[in-house]
Amino acid sequence: MIEVDGLHKQFGAVRALNGVSFRAGDGKITGLLGPNGAGKSTCLRILATVIKPDSGTARIGGLELTRDSLRARRSLGVLPHSSGLYQNLTARENILYYGRLHGLSDADLKRRTDALLERLDLGAIADRRAKGFSQGERTKVALARSLIHDPQHLLLDEPTNGLDVMATRHLREWLRELRAQGRCVLLSSHVMQEVEALVDELVIIAAGRVTLTGTPGGLAERFPGKSLEEIFVEAVSAAGGAAAA
Amino acid sequence: MIATLLTVCRKEIIETLRERRAIVSLLFGLLLGPAVFAVLINVVVKQNVSAAEEPLSIVILGSERAPNLVAFLKARNIRDVGRAEFTDLDGAAAAVAAGRNDLVLVIDERYDDDFGTEQAARVTLILDRSKNRTTSRAQRVRGAVDAYSQQIGTLRLVATGSSPALLRPLVLDEYDVSTPAGRSALLLGVLTYFLLFATLSGGLHLAIDSTAGERERKSLEPLLTLPVSRNAVLFGKMTATLFFMLVSLDLTLAAFKFSLARMPLDQLGMSSSFDFRAAVLAFAVIAPIAPLGAALMTLIASFSKTYREAQTYLTFVLLVPTMPVMFASMLNVEPAQKLMWIPSLSQHLLVTMLIKGQPLVPSYVALSAGSSLALGAAVAWLATRLYQREAILG
Repeated sequence: MIEVDGLHKQFGAVRALNGVSFRAGDGKITGLLGPNGAGKSTCLRILATVIKPDSGTARIGGLELTRDSLRARRSLGVLPHSSGLYQNLTARENILYYGRLHGLSDADLKRRTDALLERLDLGAIADRRAKGFSQGERTKVALARSLIHDPQHLLLDEPTNGLDVMATRHLREWLRELRAQGRCVLLSSHVMQEVEALVDELVIIAAGRVTLTGTPGGLAERFPGKSLEEIFVEAVSAAGGAAAA
Repeated sequence: MIATLLTVCRKEIIETLRERRAIVSLLFGLLLGPAVFAVLINVVVKQNVSAAEEPLSIVILGSERAPNLVAFLKARNIRDVGRAEFTDLDGAAAAVAAGRNDLVLVIDERYDDDFGTEQAARVTLILDRSKNRTTSRAQRVRGAVDAYSQQIGTLRLVATGSSPALLRPLVLDEYDVSTPAGRSALLLGVLTYFLLFATLSGGLHLAIDSTAGERERKSLEPLLTLPVSRNAVLFGKMTATLFFMLVSLDLTLAAFKFSLARMPLDQLGMSSSFDFRAAVLAFAVIAPIAPLGAALMTLIASFSKTYREAQTYLTFVLLVPTMPVMFASMLNVEPAQKLMWIPSLSQHLLVTMLIKGQPLVPSYVALSAGSSLALGAAVAWLATRLYQREAILG
């Protein structure tokens, strides 16, 4: 469970978050949706514990992030916006490195690495250096790396960016599988079509505020005759943000 | 904490070993020092030692008129090339002026007649003083002819029953008090310069790549979401940088030990006994500056946004520790306790003592190592402060 309450964050003169609150439950995929610059990345970076909010609280698995960041990170997997793989390490070594830093035992580490490589269909490139990987391969390896410690919570920053149709479909499949395992998945996107078939909960964010929340079905009922895309555009425009979808 | 440090350190080392650019520049730096040093030594040795013995070929016009003089010159390694395109003094002067010949010694046509009488026999040296190289050669020819003249004069005086000292009422003796080791101070400065430079440049790539490079490639942020302390990660990176610095120092010392054994150092009065023990001691003396270098480079690279930016700053960092070495070798600074507080200068002075074969003063070594390590710790602490800031993510 991820709980966010009244987050504020300012970078210089730019007010990135202006009181963001939402919940992302276990066994659900929650989509953080908004145009570029709405504050999605800032929100995810606070949840990933790399930056601290100016005010407000964020909890992961009940742990308050500013106080308990080290413990919270143990149950947290992060797929960053750009994969951030080490080019001179192989796919396997990239995964092992994170596993070791998570403090996994050698036996556990080997077992889990092999299982992830197999599940994500990475066998063929497991021992090749990351330098020549395609965008899809990089995303897969980065996903395997973020799952190496079996985290209950998973944060994905625009995971479908740059992926082709097949890779996008595979990614959706794995995310559904992670949901079925009872994990809490939070992903960000700026394209409604990419997420409407995938997410259970929508959190629409614009100009540093949450403007609309709900399930895709619930929103469709609340705004009859409108597509989710139209609802999104209206929610964003109402906040004065630039419509980007 | 330690496990994290070692994991990060190991990964950075593996990654760097796979980076061809880093390894090539490391090896290049290693070979450059001893190679430059070898060339320098050989040039100096040539200038100081063998210039006087080098064979010198000149044209001697009319050599058949003075066979004894020619034989005397030949014994001093000044040879007659034999053939000439001119036959008289004016032709010779024209040839030298045109640069076709360096030096021409013209034996006067009346040499043979004059030599037997009380007339002075004439020889003329034609030279172009505006040419640098000619001056020292002309000096040699002049000296040789003077010596021949003096020898003949002495023999003649002896033959008449007078003392040869009649001709030399004054004798000027020169007494040089400079020690051979002192004369080689500049060379020693170059040696420690290369040792310090190799040490610091050995860690350059890793210091940049693991900080500015990691941020540029966006792999720093996910790394910081792991349940490890930032200090452990930072110290892991510094340890890996330190590792490469020490390896670089080690290899450079080995290369110097190998090449110094093949250089004619004794001809310069330098101790060429840079043996295994001296190499180990030199390692122990220089090693304490490596943590300071690693911490400083990591700190500065952490401020930079890109690899290239960091590279620009760190090139200056590489120059800083070499400044005191340069001044010390130019001003011929002697080791003293109060200088042992200064990193790089103290290492330079201690290594110079080692190479000269002087015993190391333990308190000097302790002071030098202590101050370098303390400063290194202070800079490392600054770097940890920097890594707690959000701005580190860029």
